[in-house]
Amino acid sequence: MYNIVSAIFLAENIKKIEIQAPRIAKKRKAGQFVMIRVSEHGERIPLTIAGSDPEKGTIAIIVQGMGKSTRELNMKAAGDTIHDIVGPLGTPSHIEKFGTTVVIGGGVGSAIAYPTAVALKEAGNHVITINGARTKDLVILEEEMKAVSDEAYITTDDGSYGFHGFVTRKLQDLLESGRTIDYVLAIGPVPMMKAVAEVTRPNGIHTVVSLNPVMVDGTGMCGGCRVTVDNEIRFACVDGPEFDAHKVDFRNLSDRNRMYLEEEKLSAEEFSHKCRIGLDQ
Amino acid sequence: MDVKPMTTKERLAIARQPMPAQDPGERVHNFKEVNLGYTPELAQKEAMRCIQCKDPVCIKGCPVNIKIDKFIKLIADGNFLGAAKKIKEDNILPAICGRVCPQEDQCEKVCVLTKKYTPVAIGNLERFVADYEREHGEIELPDVKPATGKKVAVIGSGPAGLSCANDLARLGHAVTVFEALHELGGVLMYGIPEFRLPKDIVKTEIESLKKLGVEFVTNTVVGRSVTIDELMQEEGFDAVFIGVGAGLPWFMGIPGENLLGVYSANEFLTRINLMQSYTFPENDTPVFDCKGKNVAVFGGGNTAMDAVRTAKRLGAEHAYIVYRRSEAEMPARAEEIHNAKEEGIEFLLLMNPVEFIGNEQQWLTGVKCLRMELGEPDDSGRRKPVPVKGSEFVLPVDMAVISIGNGSNPLIKQTTPDIEVSKRDTIVVDINTMATSKDAVYAGGDIVTGGATVILAMGAGRTAAQAIHEKLTGTAPHFDEW
Repeated sequence: MYNIVSAIFLAENIKKIEIQAPRIAKKRKAGQFVMIRVSEHGERIPLTIAGSDPEKGTIAIIVQGMGKSTRELNMKAAGDTIHDIVGPLGTPSHIEKFGTTVVIGGGVGSAIAYPTAVALKEAGNHVITINGARTKDLVILEEEMKAVSDEAYITTDDGSYGFHGFVTRKLQDLLESGRTIDYVLAIGPVPMMKAVAEVTRPNGIHTVVSLNPVMVDGTGMCGGCRVTVDNEIRFACVDGPEFDAHKVDFRNLSDRNRMYLEEEKLSAEEFSHKCRIGLDQ
Repeated sequence: MDVKPMTTKERLAIARQPMPAQDPGERVHNFKEVNLGYTPELAQKEAMRCIQCKDPVCIKGCPVNIKIDKFIKLIADGNFLGAAKKIKEDNILPAICGRVCPQEDQCEKVCVLTKKYTPVAIGNLERFVADYEREHGEIELPDVKPATGKKVAVIGSGPAGLSCANDLARLGHAVTVFEALHELGGVLMYGIPEFRLPKDIVKTEIESLKKLGVEFVTNTVVGRSVTIDELMQEEGFDAVFIGVGAGLPWFMGIPGENLLGVYSANEFLTRINLMQSYTFPENDTPVFDCKGKNVAVFGGGNTAMDAVRTAKRLGAEHAYIVYRRSEAEMPARAEEIHNAKEEGIEFLLLMNPVEFIGNEQQWLTGVKCLRMELGEPDDSGRRKPVPVKGSEFVLPVDMAVISIGNGSNPLIKQTTPDIEVSKRDTIVVDINTMATSKDAVYAGGDIVTGGATVILAMGAGRTAAQAIHEKLTGTAPHFDEW
C-alpha cells in the first residue's frame, strides 16, 4: 500500500496526486512512468511521472478520469492509499543542448511534457512551450509551463483562451515566421502527435513523441505494448515510451489502442452504476 | 502399521499407479487442476515399487538432489509427514516441483526400473507428500542455522530466487527478495496456469519461506527502482543473486503481427494467470473473448500447451497448435501433449505461418500458412522443416498466440555494465558457482540459460546459494547434514 499525500483537481476531471514512493522519487528522470494498480482487483495502468520531491520521498502523477481505473484513481483523496505502484520505468527522455526546442502538450499530455521541458531548460536550451486544451477550463500547468519557458503559448480549440486553434497551427506559425527550431517534443492524443509529426517532417526537425499503448507488466515481459517504429517491433515500456515521431506508425498505435474498447466501456458503465448506488445511500 | 518386508520380485510385480485426473470433457469447462493427486493408498502402493537401490541414481538425475530413495521409503512405511520433511531438506517447493518438473527427463529417466519396466512415479509421490502435509495443516519448517550477520539480496521471486533464498536463509543469512510485479512467484504466478499449478499452492510454499525469515519486497524493478551497485554500496548487501528469468518475448517477424487479436504467450498468460482476466469484469483486466472463436497457438513447448489449453477453457470453438516440425520434435512434455489432445486441442503439425491477415478494422481474421516436410537434421539435431511448394493456405482464426520463446531483459545489462553478458544478452557465469564477472554477484535460471525449466532454475539457485555461503563465511555448507 502506498500513501497519498495530497490530491487536488487542476481542472475538471484532471487531478494531481502526490504519492509516497521514496525509491521512485529518488531515481526518476524526465520521461519515465510508473505502473499503478489502484485496488486489489485493479488492472495495471501506466502513468507518466509528472514530478517528484526526493526529500519528501514523493512523486506526482496527473490523471484525467477516462476509464474505470483513472476515474477510481481520481476519487482518491489525501490519506487514501494506492494498492501497487512500481517504477520508474521506461527509458528517460534524451536530453542535450539542442538549441531552440518546442515542447507541445495537448490536454493532459501537458503534464507528461512538463518534466521534460524542465530538463531541457536545465540543459541550456531555449524552451518554447505550446500548452493546448479544448477550452479554457481545461488548461493545466499554465504557471508551471510559463516558469520554465522562454516563450509560453496557450492554445484552445474553441478560442476561449490564448491562441484560437490547434497546437499544430501555432507550431506552423512559428516555423513560417522563419524561426530555426532544432527539437520538438509532442505529447497528447494520438491524432495530435501524428499531426505534429507531419508539420515537422518536411523540415526534417528532430521530433519526439511519447506513446501510450496498452500495457500489462510495463517491464518488458509481455510485449503487449509493442509499437511499430521504422517498420520494426519495439516495446514502448523498455525501448520507449519516447520515439522518433517521423518513424512511428500512428495508425497501428491507434488501432491497437482500440483492442479493449468494448470491455473498457463495460467496466466504465459498471463503475458508474456502482458510484450511483453509492451516492443514493 | 507393520509392513511386511517385500521381495524385489513382489515389488516389480506392482504396476505403476496412474495419476487420477479430472475427466477431459469436464475439465475443459473449468480452471481447476487437471490432476487430482494420489490417495494415501495409491501413494503407498506406488512407493512399494521402489526397490531401494544401493546406489540410487535417481538422486543424481534430480537437479536439487532430493534424497529420493529415503522419502519414498518413508511413504512406503506410511510416514507421509516424515517423507515431506525429508524432501524439504533439499527442496523448499515440493508441491510445485511435483507438478511441473519434467521427471521423465530427470529422476524417472534414470530410475533402474525404466529399462525393463516403468519408472517409479517419483514426481507423483513428491506431489502427494507435499499436498498431504499442506492439507493436514502441519507444514514443518526446516532448521535454520544461527545468524551470520550477512545480508544477501535476491532479485526475482521465481523458482531460481526462491530456492536460492531458501538455502541462504537456512544457512543463517538475512535474505531480502525483490520482485518487480505486485505478486510473488514469478513464472509460477504469471506463466503456469491454475489448472496445472494452483496459485494457492504457490502462495503456501512462499509463506514457508517468509516463516524462515526471508523478507519479500514487491513492486521493485532492480535496475530501475534501485541498482545492484546501490544495493551493495548503500543498502549494505554483502552479495546479490540475480534470478530475473527470461525477458522480452520473441515475435516471428512476419507481416500482420501487430494486428488486434495477436498476443505473445507471455501477455495472454499474464492476463489470465496474474491478472485473472477470465473473471472480467470482476477483475479489471480484460482479455480477448475466445468464446466460440478459433484460436491458433504457434509453438510446440510447454508454454504453447498452457496457452492453447487456456484458450479452450475460455470457450474457443477450435483451439489449434500450429507447429512447423512434427510431434516428435515438440519440446513440450509428453504428459502435456497428451492432456491437450484429450481436451480436444487440434494439432496442425508441419505447418509454418507466413502472414497474419486482418479485416478493415485491423482485427485478425486468418493466418496464411505453408505446409512443411522434414529434411536433413539441422544444428539442433532435429530434422529441419522445409516448405512444400505451392502448399499455401489460409487458416481462419480470430485470435493468435505466439509462443516461440523469450529473449533476455536488457535492464541488468544496461544498468550494471560490469556484469558480462553473452551475445544473446544472457548473463555469463561460472557454472560451478554461478558467479558472474562482478564480485559477489551471482546469477541463475533463465537469465543465464535462456528459457528452461522450473527445476533447472531451482538447481542453479541452490548452487549459487552454496557459493555465496562460501564467499561470505569462508566455509562450505553441508546440506547432507540437514
